[in-house]
Amino acid sequence: MEMDVFQARARELVDTPALTYRQRVQELAGLAEESLDPPAVSAAVADALTTGLVCDLAEGHAPYRPRYLLPDYARALRQGSEYLGLAAPTDLYEAVAFLLSMYSQVPSITGYPVYLGDVDSLLEPYAADVDDETLYRLLKLMWVTIDRSLPDAFTHANLGPDDSRVGRTVLRLEQELLQTVPNLTLKVDAERTPDSLVLEAVRTVFACGKPHFVNHAMMTADLGTEYGVVSCYNSLRIGGGSHTLNRLNLAESARRSSGGVDAYLSTTLPEHVALTAELMAARITSLVEQSQFFGHSWLVDEGLTHLDRFSAMFGIYGLAECVDALVAQEGGTGRYGHDADATAIGWRVVERAAELVAATPLPYCEGNGGRAFLHSQSGIDSDLGVTAGTRIPIGDEPPLHEHLAAVTPNHRWFASGVSDILSFDETARRNPQACVDVVRGALAGGMRDVTFNLESNDFIRITGYLVRKSDLAKLEADGVARHGSDVLGAGSVANSHVDSRAPKRVISSESLGAAR
Amino acid sequence: MSPSALLADVVPFSWVDGPGNRFAVFLQGCNLDCLACHNPHTMPRRTPRARSVTVDELLDQVRPLAPYLSGVTVSGGEATLQAGFVAAWFDALRADPATARLTRFVDSNGCADDAVWDLLLPRTEGVMLDLKALDPGIHKELTGSDNLQVLQSLERLVEESKLAEVRLLVVPGRNDSDDLLRRTGEYLALHAPGVPVKVIGFRPHGVRAAARSIPAPTDEQRSGYGAAIASAVGPQLVTVV
Repeated sequence: MEMDVFQARARELVDTPALTYRQRVQELAGLAEESLDPPAVSAAVADALTTGLVCDLAEGHAPYRPRYLLPDYARALRQGSEYLGLAAPTDLYEAVAFLLSMYSQVPSITGYPVYLGDVDSLLEPYAADVDDETLYRLLKLMWVTIDRSLPDAFTHANLGPDDSRVGRTVLRLEQELLQTVPNLTLKVDAERTPDSLVLEAVRTVFACGKPHFVNHAMMTADLGTEYGVVSCYNSLRIGGGSHTLNRLNLAESARRSSGGVDAYLSTTLPEHVALTAELMAARITSLVEQSQFFGHSWLVDEGLTHLDRFSAMFGIYGLAECVDALVAQEGGTGRYGHDADATAIGWRVVERAAELVAATPLPYCEGNGGRAFLHSQSGIDSDLGVTAGTRIPIGDEPPLHEHLAAVTPNHRWFASGVSDILSFDETARRNPQACVDVVRGALAGGMRDVTFNLESNDFIRITGYLVRKSDLAKLEADGVARHGSDVLGAGSVANSHVDSRAPKRVISSESLGAAR
Repeated sequence: MSPSALLADVVPFSWVDGPGNRFAVFLQGCNLDCLACHNPHTMPRRTPRARSVTVDELLDQVRPLAPYLSGVTVSGGEATLQAGFVAAWFDALRADPATARLTRFVDSNGCADDAVWDLLLPRTEGVMLDLKALDPGIHKELTGSDNLQVLQSLERLVEESKLAEVRLLVVPGRNDSDDLLRRTGEYLALHAPGVPVKVIGFRPHGVRAAARSIPAPTDEQRSGYGAAIASAVGPQLVTVV
């Protein structure tokens, strides 16, 4: 980047009235990073990046913190922190203050922590000594402080699978506060999670679009019992995380093939997986060896983060267009999600991608046996005409039972998460048990992540994260948003008109940089 | 040989035909002739739009969906007109390990005799009963029949603890007088204590030509209907839709 270009862009950021002080600092840091050369890759990978076959999600040219980091908060609470200058908490007040302090010192791609811990199991041991009213007031202060000090809807708290006073109180607060931050997931186990807790979570979705429901049995089978769900549908190991998330555009990939399904699976897809993996390897190596994040992080020093629990995320998206293209190459007209044969081709593509990723060694990915985790990536705001992840295109979904049958077989392959958003109509409000039934059935049937939207509340789910329609209106009127994710949401609304149709899914991007 | 029925339609996931997510079966043919029926195509006993379905076919459809369901509901038309089939299907659901846990509900207009209930009640967890009008004369105007059998059915279902819900379809100008609503509430409080009541405002959508000129009640009217019933049976039992 030429100095005069750099200066002009820096000046533009410094002067822009649409960004808060903090957003300007973050953008300026992004600009500085962009002025460096990206990690070296082959000409083929550089071309794949330029032509949109492969995407680095605008993570930046010089990785200096992992994309997603899941600190071991439980251990921190047990042992205290020398870096934070805090002894191990002895009561609920100290525990809440400890966590809030720690959150401010946890990096991720967004500049904010993407994981706040399993707050119920973290805090429940301290809650035994306080009455319900005190618990409510303290958690309310905590929840409000999280929203005001970490204004980013990719910040994500977890609950479950066991019932608890803390978990119930958090759900009550979510229904009252109606904040977009933090994002929230309930871990659901067929045996351990009572129906009444799932029902309360369903009512919470009616109020504010949260939580997501995650399949505890599948997650523990793939990641062990120590896992968390962060940002948008990203499930990873606690004490570890993901160095990077790069993604392969399957729609574009299929366009570069012409011989139908078998040729695609045997030749084209392996080539394109290899290109994506090369980019990932370059970025991981840069993070670990050049900027040496793990060599000087207090989280590593205090045993709260371990390089050997890290892996990376290999994202795929555009499966729907990929399948339709492959079907057309063979002279067919069936569409993914609607035609049984086409849908089955989708399953084969995903299974083949999983097989290829599992056979591709990557450096510093001991958290998953030296391999990346496959991820069904939920999109960014520039993805016009390409369907997020492995979803059926928005507005074109078949009836719910067919929708579930079409997408569920994909879920087993995505240990690090998959987003299929189910859209429920208003009749759900009068029959919340029906939603419990569908969530329970979907999990029992092998769905890993279950998210549903109701079409009537103030919340728009942009992909996995939420913005409020009322906040977007304020952004338009005043030009400034306190939540960085609102700025992204506004871009999505402008590009995709999510506001003029059912308030559900579209696009995401997880840093302001990605919105450029 | 698997018993068969004349079927109007199936809704694999229904959220408005009983508690939770339900596989709802709409059998063809009705023994009332309701002016305000919102599914008039299900009324005739014989129509080219209906198809025959066997117990085994329906069971095959339910089995893969069972993990997502609270239960099944048989509606219509009037489900009890094909009570033998309903009983056979419920028995099959109960006998199959994949579907045994599902609850089995019947949606009925109550025009069924004791022999029908003798057959169905041991096989169902609950009946959702339509009461088109408490007044026999108004009932006849709205449906072509009086309501003696409906009220007998209601009282028997209460006795056997099988009345899951009473539905009141309120049609402006026909069965929405203050007096009738008050008497209906009092009747239900006395004869069906503790039973949930769903008060449904008439909607002209989908009805026969003769009923299309009847206006839908305003929101205010609808909540007035609900309040009238709630004042007798208790607000916690009343839902207004």
